[in-house]
Amino acid sequence: MPELLSKTEGEVLLLLGNDAVARGAIEAGLGFASCYPGTPSSEVSNQLYALQEAGGFYMEFAINEKVALEAAGGAALAGVRSLTAMKHVGLNVAADPLMTLAYVGVRAGLVIYDADDPGMFSSQNEQDNRYLARLAGLPLLEPRDSQEMKDMTAEAFALSEQLGLPVMVRSTTRLAHGRGPVKLGALAPASPRGHFTKSPRELVALPANTPAMHRRLLAKQETARRLSEHSPHNRSTGRGELGIITSGMAANYALDAIADLGLADRVAVLNLGFTHPLPKEKIVAFLEGKTRVLVIEELEPYLEEAVKALAQAAGQTLPVLGKGFAGLSRCLEYDPLSVRAAVAQLAGVAAPLPGPLDLAGLPELPKRPPNLCPGCPHRMTYYAVKRAAGPEAVFPNDIGCYTLGFFPPFGAADLGLCMGASVSASAGMSRVSGQRVVAFIGDSTFFHSGLTGLAHAVFNNHKFTLVILDNGITAMTGHQPSAAMNPALADHHQTPIDLEAVVRALGVKFVKVVRPTNLAKTEKEVAEALAYDGLAVLISREPCPLHAGRKKENKRPRFTVDQSRCRRHRVCVEQFACPAFYLAGEEVRIAPDMCIGCAACVQVCPEGAIRPLRATEGE
Amino acid sequence: MSVIRIYFTGVGGQGNLLASKLLGEAALLAGVPVVLGETHGMAQRGGVVESTVVLGGARSATISDGQADYLVAFEPLEALRALAKCNPASRLAVSTSPIVPFTVALRQAEYPGPETTLAYLRAKLARVVALDAQAEALAVGHPRGANLVLLGALLALGGLPVEQEHLRQAVARKTKPAFLAANLACLERGLAAGGRCV
Repeated sequence: MPELLSKTEGEVLLLLGNDAVARGAIEAGLGFASCYPGTPSSEVSNQLYALQEAGGFYMEFAINEKVALEAAGGAALAGVRSLTAMKHVGLNVAADPLMTLAYVGVRAGLVIYDADDPGMFSSQNEQDNRYLARLAGLPLLEPRDSQEMKDMTAEAFALSEQLGLPVMVRSTTRLAHGRGPVKLGALAPASPRGHFTKSPRELVALPANTPAMHRRLLAKQETARRLSEHSPHNRSTGRGELGIITSGMAANYALDAIADLGLADRVAVLNLGFTHPLPKEKIVAFLEGKTRVLVIEELEPYLEEAVKALAQAAGQTLPVLGKGFAGLSRCLEYDPLSVRAAVAQLAGVAAPLPGPLDLAGLPELPKRPPNLCPGCPHRMTYYAVKRAAGPEAVFPNDIGCYTLGFFPPFGAADLGLCMGASVSASAGMSRVSGQRVVAFIGDSTFFHSGLTGLAHAVFNNHKFTLVILDNGITAMTGHQPSAAMNPALADHHQTPIDLEAVVRALGVKFVKVVRPTNLAKTEKEVAEALAYDGLAVLISREPCPLHAGRKKENKRPRFTVDQSRCRRHRVCVEQFACPAFYLAGEEVRIAPDMCIGCAACVQVCPEGAIRPLRATEGE
Repeated sequence: MSVIRIYFTGVGGQGNLLASKLLGEAALLAGVPVVLGETHGMAQRGGVVESTVVLGGARSATISDGQADYLVAFEPLEALRALAKCNPASRLAVSTSPIVPFTVALRQAEYPGPETTLAYLRAKLARVVALDAQAEALAVGHPRGANLVLLGALLALGGLPVEQEHLRQAVARKTKPAFLAANLACLERGLAAGGRCV
């Protein structure tokens, strides 16, 4: 029995925050889940996908987050507890259904798990999605540790049903990928079957119905606020004339600092876990008698502005401090010592720090950026495209492993915006500039948000080349299934889609499929696509070897550099840049434990000096 | 109980996350309050992977510069890179086998010499255990066991509120039964090698 399906109530497991979210949903009797993966949210979807049969619920990987939320909304309206999990920018894609699902409401619990990424460990921005919950008018819970990740997720289903609204549970990278002890609760039986009962006046957002729907939402928000006022997740601790109001990971930093500095008798803390609607009365009561209050929250001044407005309305004149105080910034994530310094400054105490190391004399260290893996087909495609297109061509790129083509020597990313933007931005860019534009997008990203851009480009006669990097998997987030997956790998409820047929059906006249492992042929096909006077789509198809290697042992011979033939052009290192190559003095060598035997480098060596390693040879 | 912060750093694929998780499980068995932090996402692509274990009742597992009481480095260059997390009282367990990043082949920077590196680390930190964890693991026929070797070396540094027996139990409970004997053998190698260094 997988650990997360344990029936032992009260058992303590050391759980990743995201795994705890999955457990919370299962404890609540989850019936339906639909998710598009995205770091730092992906483990929730991975766990639910893996556990669905043993757990008796249904989980699917969605084409994108908008579809996932609509699917989960449909299931919840048909009476089944449902969940969708996504990263913060995924909620932008799902923002359209989000705003109106709040009007429509739900019948069974619908939980939207949102993982924000302060510090942008793996994201294109660090937007603060608490504003999206407020914009939509939805209840928002902000857990502070793995235990609360589980508990709040489970409670969110009940809250959702009590209010008839989707509920958002929002974490950040440190919580999603933090691990802590979690005391398990009882497992409710999964109920994956429901029934949709018609009620068009309530559920159809037509102008005839929407004024009533909006009023209903506002009434529900007032009910939610009263629940927030009495929620045990909004709690105050300590005492004193000074106050701190905080939420999320920042609350942990603040509490650790207060304990460390011995300030529990001087600084009271209002620690908020139910942060939309805010507990207005509780906040105003907390401000009473305080001389100064500091709001400690990562990213935007969401709480700070609300607290200032509440203080003003209540006629309280104390200073409310926040962003800008003691270097507290809207940019990047907080850390224990920066928060400790702010708490110390608020209390006017010294905060001696452990003596930092004097790092004088430390040499400049070689960087270790993430790389395209040895044998990665994206490297082969980039190599061939750059040779055919030349350095002047413009390369709008997209979101996935292949974004690593940004790094030298490829320089294959001139624009990186959001899922699908490589296609649509190429339309505008090529139309007005007349420059040669070659866009890159992965197969999973293409189905997520590239289809509409391509339809747009066909419809409006745009002229550029789109290279679809088809490795048949959503690789970057941990090898989730893609709609373009190999049919042999599909499970019982998936029907993979023929990518080439889709592109042709959209009306693209120039469509070629190449295997990038043949570099010369790929280069030739790219050149033909570039010469075509119109929209050209090249599907560069080769499975992700990292994923293939997990499924099946790789028995191909590894390769080596024949030193008697090598003339040290270093094309293999400096232009092809497979990380299996290394320099030993002036000699170029191949690390046998990194080479996967793809043989692509054999084709780039002008001397033919790269050959298979014989079984009897060591390195 | 005082708060103890342990920072693990290494290269994707070295088993860093399992090592910190096992220490966390051992702490749970020992009744020591524990929280952990991990970095995900880049592990399979040759990037740096860090994780943290904070014992003794702090709520956050994030470690600021200067805060690490212990550094466990799976690779010597990564020990240097993570040094800002340490202070003069910090203790280090480091594996000496280098994994040279590709930027060196591209001649963007030089890989620091092994002896200079060790001398630098020893000069800056209170206590250092340096061993070739990869070779130790290979010596017991378990090439993926370097993480267990380093956990043994960490314990040998002394001062942790977790006993060897807790770690053995955590390994027994949370690693695959097929690798149990090999994992325990690696742990012993690390304890022994660490003991010799200290």
